[in-house]
Amino acid sequence: MSARLDRLGLVFVATLIAAAIAVPLLSLAIPPDSPFYLPPYLVQLFGKYLCYAILAVALDLVWGYCGILSLGHGAFFALGGYAMGMYLMRQIGARGVYANPILPDFMVFLNWKELPVAWWGFNWFPYAIAMAALVPGLLALAFGWFAFRSRVTGVYLSIITQAMTFALYKEFFRNDFGFGGNNGLTDFKDLIGFSLQSASTKAALFSASAVALILAYLVSRAIIASKYGKALVAVRDAESRMRFLGYRVENYKLFVFVLSAVIAGIAGALYVPQVGIINPSEFAPANSIEAAIWVAVGGRGTLIGAALGAIAVNFAKTWFTGAFPEYWLYGLGLLFVLVTLFLPKGLLGLALKVGQPKPREVISVAAIEEGAEP
Amino acid sequence: MSLAETSNPSLTQTLLYLDGVSVSFDGFNALRSLSLVLLPGEMRAIIGPNGAGKTTMMDVITGKTRPDEGEVMFDGRHDLTRLDEAEIATLGVGRKFQKPTVFENHTVEDNLLLAAKAPRSVRATLFGREDPKTPKTIDAILATTRLADHRARLAGSLSHGQKQWLEIGMLLAQDPKLLLVDEPVAGMTDSETAATADLLREIARDHSVIVVEHDMAFVRELGVKVTCLHEGSVLAEGALDQVSADPRVVEVYLGR
Repeated sequence: MSARLDRLGLVFVATLIAAAIAVPLLSLAIPPDSPFYLPPYLVQLFGKYLCYAILAVALDLVWGYCGILSLGHGAFFALGGYAMGMYLMRQIGARGVYANPILPDFMVFLNWKELPVAWWGFNWFPYAIAMAALVPGLLALAFGWFAFRSRVTGVYLSIITQAMTFALYKEFFRNDFGFGGNNGLTDFKDLIGFSLQSASTKAALFSASAVALILAYLVSRAIIASKYGKALVAVRDAESRMRFLGYRVENYKLFVFVLSAVIAGIAGALYVPQVGIINPSEFAPANSIEAAIWVAVGGRGTLIGAALGAIAVNFAKTWFTGAFPEYWLYGLGLLFVLVTLFLPKGLLGLALKVGQPKPREVISVAAIEEGAEP
Repeated sequence: MSLAETSNPSLTQTLLYLDGVSVSFDGFNALRSLSLVLLPGEMRAIIGPNGAGKTTMMDVITGKTRPDEGEVMFDGRHDLTRLDEAEIATLGVGRKFQKPTVFENHTVEDNLLLAAKAPRSVRATLFGREDPKTPKTIDAILATTRLADHRARLAGSLSHGQKQWLEIGMLLAQDPKLLLVDEPVAGMTDSETAATADLLREIARDHSVIVVEHDMAFVRELGVKVTCLHEGSVLAEGALDQVSADPRVVEVYLGR
């Protein structure tokens, strides 16, 4: 299956490259009355899906390959989003309602006189991007260091990751915390000099998201293919065996967890300029759970499946919430239950199985007797 | 990494030295002042009824369980009670579990590759080059464990006996000074059992081995010194015939 998955990976990357080129063309170089014309709002919507796909790849890296079911990846995504939001806020400058060249509107409204230290440097784009990666990475490092050293695993780990994102959710709601409270950050104007309202910026952000997804996939793929990746899967399947072989399991988990958080943060940073707002609701525990559902639906431990799952589920969500807004959560829940029960390898696992001739390899008698073949 | 070291000259001839080791779980005394000495190159069989403390003893030696009291020294200078599993494994103690534990989603070859002696750090496995000698070592182990024809198969699809051998092969790849082998022939056919005895004798030629086993026929086949545990301490020690003739051992095994 792995060779087929690699071939599928080529198709996946090629499709994304084609999309990164074609979408801007269809949106910018074609007259609006052409049937192939892509309106900017659709470009933006697809761009958003790609950001979710990056988040799903990040989550699949830790969950699918190392067995760490993080239900707090939404927090890393949101932190990356906030870093980008802070940059975009400072770009507004004197164009805000209160026309303060330094302080964002909400600070003027709260009667603050000085820019908080946490906001220093965010007028500089490279700094903001670095923070979008660094802050989630450092949080993951601190969190993972304690959790993995204490050998917290399984459902307990999932619960404390939920607690982590919930704590941040509560914290970011507070006005005193200094990140816009309930309203979050919005009314963005431009990104490195380009208006966020223009169709060309939207197209460029779409292409940037596609490139970021390709990079996230390729980096993850390379890691999985290395000896480290083999060790990671071994940790997932038989953690104590790895310890008795002399591997420091906690370090293996920590590295992949931090890397995954960084990728999630970058996804969040690409997401915010495309949706035009970041607020505490991005930290909501349900968001992280939804991300886990995308991965499960698409196919855990395949990377591509995770990305496709994110796109497919969100596509369905867009349609569903338009058609029957009240029932979306039921639909999502039902989808999760059905996939868990009937498609343990997700939609991609099903597709690979259907397209493949019966394996010729003889499964051992003992395995059949034990019913151990998964 | 600072490995706990002491230098007691009287210990330096022993590979493994347990003295007065006691462990209790919630009031149950799994080990009571257990003492055991293993010399370099020695193979020892540990027998004893269920609950005698055999597995707990292995847990103590490999760092999974910390003893409440007592001394556990390895190679004369490493205090194993102060080290964790990974450190102890790095010192050269390998362990085979009772239930065969291999990496089911990896091929037989990759199982051995992960076990093979090599730097274990994240950096080394991410960026490091494979030792050019490793493939040869793996080939040799595949031959020893009779798995050469199965190298590309997923370990999860092996038979029970083959998984046991693969796990023993992984221990060999790790190249430890001391191998702890927990019930290697449980669930094996007679011919597999005999083959396993051959395999362990072969391994014992250049490794120290402790084998925990219930199967008396197998222990007899190994033909090594036997230690019988009962209720967490040593009941009898010596040649199998001598131990099995001991009235206390008979009583423990046959019930009173």
